[in-house]
Amino acid sequence: MSVAIKANRLTPYMFLAPAGIILIFALLYPIGYMIYASFLDWSPSQRIGQAEFIGFRNYVNLWGDEAFRESFWVTIRFAAIVVTLEMFLGVGLALLLDRNIKGMAVLRTVFILPMMIAPIVVGLMWRYMYHPTVGIFNRTLKSFGFEGIPWLSDSTWSFIAIVIADVWQWTPFIFILALAAMQSLPRSALEAAEIDGASEWQKIILIKLPLMMPVLIVTLLLRLIDAFKVLEVILVLTNGGPGLSTEILALRIFRTAQEFQELGEAAAMSNLLLMMLMAITIGMFAYSRVQEARVARQRAAAEKDDD
Amino acid sequence: MATQTEKQNPAFYALIAALVVMSVGPIALMLATSFKTNVDVYDASVPAFFFSPTIKNYETVLCNFLWYEADHVDYCDPTFGRALINSLIVGLVSTGLTLTIGCMAAYALVRFKFMGRGTVSMTTLLMRMVPPAVLLVPVFGIWTFQYGLDQTYAGIILIYTAMNLPFVIWILQSFIVQVPIQLEEAARMDGANPFQVFFLVVLPIIQPGLAAAAIFTFRIAWNEFLLANALSGRSTRTVPVTIVNSITEYDINWGVIMATGMLLAIPPILFTFVASKQIITGMTAGAVKG
Repeated sequence: MSVAIKANRLTPYMFLAPAGIILIFALLYPIGYMIYASFLDWSPSQRIGQAEFIGFRNYVNLWGDEAFRESFWVTIRFAAIVVTLEMFLGVGLALLLDRNIKGMAVLRTVFILPMMIAPIVVGLMWRYMYHPTVGIFNRTLKSFGFEGIPWLSDSTWSFIAIVIADVWQWTPFIFILALAAMQSLPRSALEAAEIDGASEWQKIILIKLPLMMPVLIVTLLLRLIDAFKVLEVILVLTNGGPGLSTEILALRIFRTAQEFQELGEAAAMSNLLLMMLMAITIGMFAYSRVQEARVARQRAAAEKDDD
Repeated sequence: MATQTEKQNPAFYALIAALVVMSVGPIALMLATSFKTNVDVYDASVPAFFFSPTIKNYETVLCNFLWYEADHVDYCDPTFGRALINSLIVGLVSTGLTLTIGCMAAYALVRFKFMGRGTVSMTTLLMRMVPPAVLLVPVFGIWTFQYGLDQTYAGIILIYTAMNLPFVIWILQSFIVQVPIQLEEAARMDGANPFQVFFLVVLPIIQPGLAAAAIFTFRIAWNEFLLANALSGRSTRTVPVTIVNSITEYDINWGVIMATGMLLAIPPILFTFVASKQIITGMTAGAVKG
């Protein structure tokens, strides 16, 4: 009997153990290791024990490194532009398409396709379309008698090119989340507004958008986090070039480790990127906490009114 | 609920048509190009969509699987065929492993009330925050020098499993919560041990959740490039790695590379059409429900 009880008490641990072991050894440990490695002068041919401990020198080097600062700003610019465009387009489309139409399910299926296929393949097909001679954009321009655009060989155009590709791939994400939020809005508020004679615009600005705001802000932050992680599409399209014009931080980490073999410096960069994302995530948690507290207060107030 | 459709004005349908063309267009163009010879690709007089298609590109890519000899293939390069097998092995094994382990953990977290759902969703979100690029250096170092798993399937499978576990646990939890506890209690009365209850009673009920989790996990393992590139050796390279390797060359054979890309894109596209509802649920769950 006592054996059986003991077995029962151990069961939950046995169910949890495999997941716990894998997460500790393959996730937590590597992240800790990375923080340690960022204080080392370390090349891939060395074991980590042989690498020299150099304190904060990697970070100091990064601070003085013009190329790093440049790619830091490219990252910020890319994330800000892409997320802003996608939010406006995605929410706008959701507002337009929030109607009872036939085939909405098919439409949504079609819209999520760009997100499902491999980023490598997305990069591949945009690279083909941007191609100076065989690409569809330049061929179309030329057939109308215009000059071709140097999509991937000019530093301004290549930045625009990666922004377009990202907007194509990720606007549907915002659209689907915004649509889901819109369809779960309380009908009573909208009907009340209709009875009061609100115009379509007034309904959107005064009722729909404010009520959707909590979801929209979470969506914005999720997308912002993902925008800092984009790598494969840009790697295939421009490999960071020309110059450093499209070298976002994730790509720079990859190249520092792969081409320049500076693992310590790559680790320091990873650390900085992680801290930046951590700040966004904490902001997101803080926001949702504040929001929950507000809703709870309102509910309490409403219940008091009912009594 | 008003489910009948309303009449809309034509501009509305024009907008929808434009959106569909925009989102499917690039994919269709890739599909069309994969049936074009390289000569046709460079010939401006051949239109983008209407031309005489050929399956030569697919024959070139899959030459080591052909049961016949394709006469235009002089030298059969087995790189891609091997990569396809590698991708399948890595994708399937890591999905199976993640689901089994994730399921058990999710069950324990729900039924034995370990940590609240809050803790798990926090971990999931924190995990979502970590870019694969950040894992690159430590995973390369540890896998090579400490675990001795570089250039093996096991190494790649291990990191994919770890990356996907938080999300799988989180999504399965929401399905397990809905399994009536009375059902499990009845099984226990009949003398089933906890493992039997889990495998014979709980698992069959949460099949839809398992399907959603499987699609997400497989897709990430199938599409991932960065870590596979760092960890795989010559014989364990996955498809994304071979694609990136082949486009760094200067004269790109667009037809062949598009056929390769298409083969990589087909499984996710199929999943999307089969299970778009589950995918959208998985995608929106994080933001809409909180």
